[in-house]
Amino acid sequence: MDVLVCLKRVPLAGGTLILTPDSRDIETKHLGFGISPHEENAVEAGVQLVEQMGGTLTLLTLGPSDAEEQLRSQLAIGATRAVLIETDGQEWDPQGTAAALVDAINAEETKFDLIIFGAESADSAGYQIHIRVAHALNRPIVTNVKSMKIENGIASCERVVAQGREHYEAPLPAIVTVRDGLNIPRYPSVPGRMQARKKIVDMKKAEPRVPKLEKVTLALAPSKDKGAEILGKGADAVPALVDVLKQIGAF
Amino acid sequence: MILVLIDHDRGEIDALSLRALTAARKLGQDVEAVVIGNDGASLAAIAGEFGAKVLHVATHAAITDYTPMASGRALANLVEKLKPAAVLAAGSPRGNEQLAHLAAFLDIPMAAECSEITLGSPHHVLRARWAGNLIESANVHSDLLVATVLSFSVEPESINGAPASVSNFEPALEPADSVVKILSRDAGESKGGVTLSDAKVIVSGGRGVGGPDGFGNLEELAALLGGTVGCSRVVTSSGWRPHAEQVGQTGTKVAPDLYIAAGISGAMQHIAGMKNSKTIVVINTDPEAPILRYADYAIIGDLHQVIPALTSAIRQAKG
Amino acid sequence: MSKLPAKAKCVVIGAGIVGNGMVYHLAKLGWKDIVQIDKGPLPNPGGSTGHASNFIFPVDHSKEMTAITAESMRQYKEWGTFTETGGIEVARTQERMQELARRITSAKSWGVDGGQILTPAEVKELVPYIDETVIVGGYYQPTVGVVDSLRTGTLMREAATEMGASQSFANIEVLDITVANGRVTSVVTDQGTIEADYVVIATGCWSPKLAAMAGAHIPLTPAVHQMKDIGPVPFFAGAKGDIEWPIVRDMDVFMYERQHGTGLEIGSYAHRPILYTPDDLPSNATAALSPTEFAFTQADFDIQDEHAYELMPSIVGDENVREKYAINGILSYTPDGMPILGETPEVKGLWSVAAVWIKEGPGTAKSVAEWMVLGDSEIDLHSSNIARFHEHQKAQFHIKSRVDESFNKTYGIVHPLEQYGSNRNVRLSPFYDAEKELGAVFYETAGWERPFWYDCNKGLVQKFGDKVMPRAAEWESRWWSPIINAEHLQMRESAGIVDLSAFTLFDITGPSALAVVQKAALRQMDVAIGRVVYTPVLGPNGGFKSDLTIMRLDTNHFRVVTGGAHGMADKKWFSDLLPADGSAQIFDLTSSYTTVGVWGPKAREIIQAITDTDMSKDAFKFSTCKVIEVGPLRVLASRISYVGDLGWEFYIPIEQGAKLWQMLWESGKKHEMIPVGIGVYGTTGRLEKSYRAYGPELETEYNVVEAGMQSPKLKEADFIGKDAHVKHRSETPVTVLCTLFVDDHTSSTGVNRYMMGNEPILTLDKQPIVDSHGRRSYVTSAGSAPSLGKHILMTYLPTELAVAGNKFIVEYLGEHYPCSVAQVGATPVFDATNERILA
Repeated sequence: MDVLVCLKRVPLAGGTLILTPDSRDIETKHLGFGISPHEENAVEAGVQLVEQMGGTLTLLTLGPSDAEEQLRSQLAIGATRAVLIETDGQEWDPQGTAAALVDAINAEETKFDLIIFGAESADSAGYQIHIRVAHALNRPIVTNVKSMKIENGIASCERVVAQGREHYEAPLPAIVTVRDGLNIPRYPSVPGRMQARKKIVDMKKAEPRVPKLEKVTLALAPSKDKGAEILGKGADAVPALVDVLKQIGAF
Repeated sequence: MILVLIDHDRGEIDALSLRALTAARKLGQDVEAVVIGNDGASLAAIAGEFGAKVLHVATHAAITDYTPMASGRALANLVEKLKPAAVLAAGSPRGNEQLAHLAAFLDIPMAAECSEITLGSPHHVLRARWAGNLIESANVHSDLLVATVLSFSVEPESINGAPASVSNFEPALEPADSVVKILSRDAGESKGGVTLSDAKVIVSGGRGVGGPDGFGNLEELAALLGGTVGCSRVVTSSGWRPHAEQVGQTGTKVAPDLYIAAGISGAMQHIAGMKNSKTIVVINTDPEAPILRYADYAIIGDLHQVIPALTSAIRQAKG
Repeated sequence: MSKLPAKAKCVVIGAGIVGNGMVYHLAKLGWKDIVQIDKGPLPNPGGSTGHASNFIFPVDHSKEMTAITAESMRQYKEWGTFTETGGIEVARTQERMQELARRITSAKSWGVDGGQILTPAEVKELVPYIDETVIVGGYYQPTVGVVDSLRTGTLMREAATEMGASQSFANIEVLDITVANGRVTSVVTDQGTIEADYVVIATGCWSPKLAAMAGAHIPLTPAVHQMKDIGPVPFFAGAKGDIEWPIVRDMDVFMYERQHGTGLEIGSYAHRPILYTPDDLPSNATAALSPTEFAFTQADFDIQDEHAYELMPSIVGDENVREKYAINGILSYTPDGMPILGETPEVKGLWSVAAVWIKEGPGTAKSVAEWMVLGDSEIDLHSSNIARFHEHQKAQFHIKSRVDESFNKTYGIVHPLEQYGSNRNVRLSPFYDAEKELGAVFYETAGWERPFWYDCNKGLVQKFGDKVMPRAAEWESRWWSPIINAEHLQMRESAGIVDLSAFTLFDITGPSALAVVQKAALRQMDVAIGRVVYTPVLGPNGGFKSDLTIMRLDTNHFRVVTGGAHGMADKKWFSDLLPADGSAQIFDLTSSYTTVGVWGPKAREIIQAITDTDMSKDAFKFSTCKVIEVGPLRVLASRISYVGDLGWEFYIPIEQGAKLWQMLWESGKKHEMIPVGIGVYGTTGRLEKSYRAYGPELETEYNVVEAGMQSPKLKEADFIGKDAHVKHRSETPVTVLCTLFVDDHTSSTGVNRYMMGNEPILTLDKQPIVDSHGRRSYVTSAGSAPSLGKHILMTYLPTELAVAGNKFIVEYLGEHYPCSVAQVGATPVFDATNERILA
């Protein structure tokens, strides 16, 4: 079974973001980078499938050349090789990104049985790249998967909603997007890191397209920011909290 | 005309769709609605009440339950026929998914999670990113605007309109469009009857709880308040609690009446999942924890002392 | 939370290990009305204390650092936050084995016992999870331990609060530190202003930013130290505590590994230097982890992974042992590797306690608190004194380039004479071009390029043959040349010209000038105009703060001449004595005047040939100075000597320096005068004369009587340290500074070895020698005495052992060499009656 996981390099932010002076990006000068939380589950799923069924796990990302760092980290977890579509460092819109991914996937010799995305990226959350890729590749897609089994050429998937679990199936080759909770992602070991250094990362170039969803600026969302009313310190403040809970009718 | 997708589960409306309808109405054009599947026809009254003149009902033998790609195809067919200025849906997982299929079929852009929409050439939107912590101002270069509406950016407003007139149509589905659909369902991951999404009170614990044993006190308090226990991502990734209890961008997004966050510093992705709660109470040793910015009330202190004291005080108060 | 007070005696900014230590020790010494603030939350405000690895190796080649560390360990133990684990420094090379032996000798000198060299198999017995085949041995120190620095800080802070001396406030951001008339007046915060008499900056890697608010400088840079936690390790599965196994330092790859619960922490100082500025550090709110925990950059750690794997394959090589946590932790690094302590020279009342690591925290806090409250610290802090920095050393370029160069030496083998390669050629004397032409080999002091020896004197090595005491061993030949000893011998025969431009010079003038210098100097300064006085400068406890030369140029005009390295601290010492009414002033002339010296039996003839001033013995007496005319130049000549020969120092405006050099050079040609480097001036010439130097021999811990420098008559005028000095004079000293000769240099492999300083002096049965005040005997200075064909060791010996001819052992690189007392006290071993100088 050959699996492809698509990743995105994203900053690892703290509780508050800062924007660059031109308000077009977040300030990353003291931030590290990683991948989106759901994508860690995607890689783990890919590693597990290859462990169980054999085959290869390929990673694909589109981003700056520095994204090699994220690819190496995930190669250290057990992926076979990686492809990096190097951009000009600018953020590409979903259509441009999807088109570049599709070109790269079509250029691969391997015809992947399963392509896995994270349910959403931490930074842009456009909710569409995976679907555009599915359309372009004429493949079925199941999104927001929290439990998955591959049997007899069918991806049997569950999605968790307020009312319970929904069951979907997609015949391979298929695409799924997965959510945190699907599995517990493992972290790299030192031998894994050492092996990852020797694995292949294919660097590719793609031409940017004129964005149709065109970012103009970013702004920080207004937080409630009235600031909490501090009721006091330690257990001494409990009576004050009980009063508040009474007022709002909590009991 | 603005076309709004009303999402439903076997005939039961997703209330977030009403927010999308309200947002559509504010664009100053006629609003028509569309439901996918026969069983949506029953929603003509409520669609009308919230301002839709017409309710288009896509019926097809292959559409027996939620079938997202088919929804996209149906919407594409309808767009071709009606030539709306925009297609909107709720910024829910299903709303986003169905409109993404539409946008993919038409190969046009889609703007997800918009808090503000201005039609024009290009269209302009404000949309949420970074789990709602950033607002992107973006231009959408396309005749037709495909966008979903950020759930809590608009309150649903009824105009007590007459029931929408129902117009059935049969989309021209390809076999591939209905391959992926809901085949069956199980009941929820029920815990003592109250699920996280339904709970009116959530007592949530983070790293500060210190380990799986520390959650006993939180459970006791939650039970006393008729609520349930939630937790932050670090708690589930440490294996202290099941993933189903995780609140946040990667877990469940919740909006209870009362959210008590104990020992949670407030990573962005956690905030994203709970900031719409009505009243937020924080118990934390760190008076600078980011979560305090979103809280209504806070006690600075050790949850291991505060929670038991609170539990016994409430017990006393209840008599 | 109570409101921030509007007034305090002292505001301590920072609540890491240092800030908490400061409030505690200030309170303990009796200060009240202390306010502590921190920008972050308590108990972990987000500074370097919060991510420290917290282990302590009690050994350092620096005596000061070792003493501070020992005091810190004592305090950690008192608070119950110290766990003794033992530690092993392992060597992968023979060169490192020698270094480990050197570390043990340093340890013995500074009173840290119990260290032993282990074979690889013995290391494996203590740390079963290493692969002993990659190492050649180890150094086991059983007293190594791990502390809980956050807990200790909390305990100290709470103790200060309980004493009613201090209040602590979290989440207070400092916006400004105000200054009036050169004195700190208040701390402006986002929650109000606190007026204060004293402000202590204990904010680690943020301290430059806070100092800058007041117009002061704390020259350090935040730098990354990478660490990675892996686990769970099956071998540690049963671990009950935080740490049970010895800490391992893999010295040759600049790494350490320590068990941490069921995990293994791998730390490194091997990666490329990654430097930031304080402005780069995020706030608590914007940081992903904490302001001093940056995202781990794996690419910088790739090689370290392999090295850790080599040493501990059973753990690090286990595929199931996974990364749990990895950070680029921020630490403070200074351009010379020492902390930055004391009152800032720019602002009175503003104190810095910066670049202090966990192992030094509580001890440093105690010492600085003593300094603030009592005027001096028990442990000599001169290497850490913030006043040591020269102007150019405060430049970002200097800080960054030196830290960039020295970061990887954190675990490196650093030779005592090792020179920095970066940021050189900053201060050049007017003789520089001439010296370069002569093949000068330049060493740096205080930014000045100083010839250490001259290649043009190579021929003299043949001339003097074995008298240059050639060295066969690489270690003591490094940063050394036999040319030094050849220059020495030639100077004793004819004359040498010495560039002394690195001297710090400052004038003190005005009606109160005499009072100022009297207050600072041990010796009588109310002397005739034209007298030159060499004098110790004492601290309040009668220990040494400096030694320097003061010339009385006029009734109200004194010129202080002191070494470059310590010059800025001396300048602050004198500046602090200036009366508030402005009746005395200080002018730094270091960059206005240059100094050149000529010494040797031919010195008089050489000078006399180019001046009309009578330079004869009686006309120009020793210890006097006067202006002489040399051709077109008017030169201040001072007849003193630090090398034991007749001669003068000449002071001349810098732009005329080259002309003076040229005239001296021309005149010297007829008399075989050679250029002589600092190798002679600072070591061989000085040691033959048993001259003491500030730092090695003269420091706070020793007094004038012990150093053998008391004058027959006590000065009547008051001076700092007088009471203590009077007491010292009335007592029999418990220790005496002696000059020793090495009796046999032959090592076990038959090579002659030459000590370099800081080695322990042992009894014949190889036991450490401790005086009744608990001070150990160690080599304060070592070097050749080429005129005597001896290698000299200076050391303090307990009075009862300080007898000429007494035999001892000196331990050098793990081997023992016999030595004996040549002179007790200050009497020189060469030309004891000073005939040459007084000629």
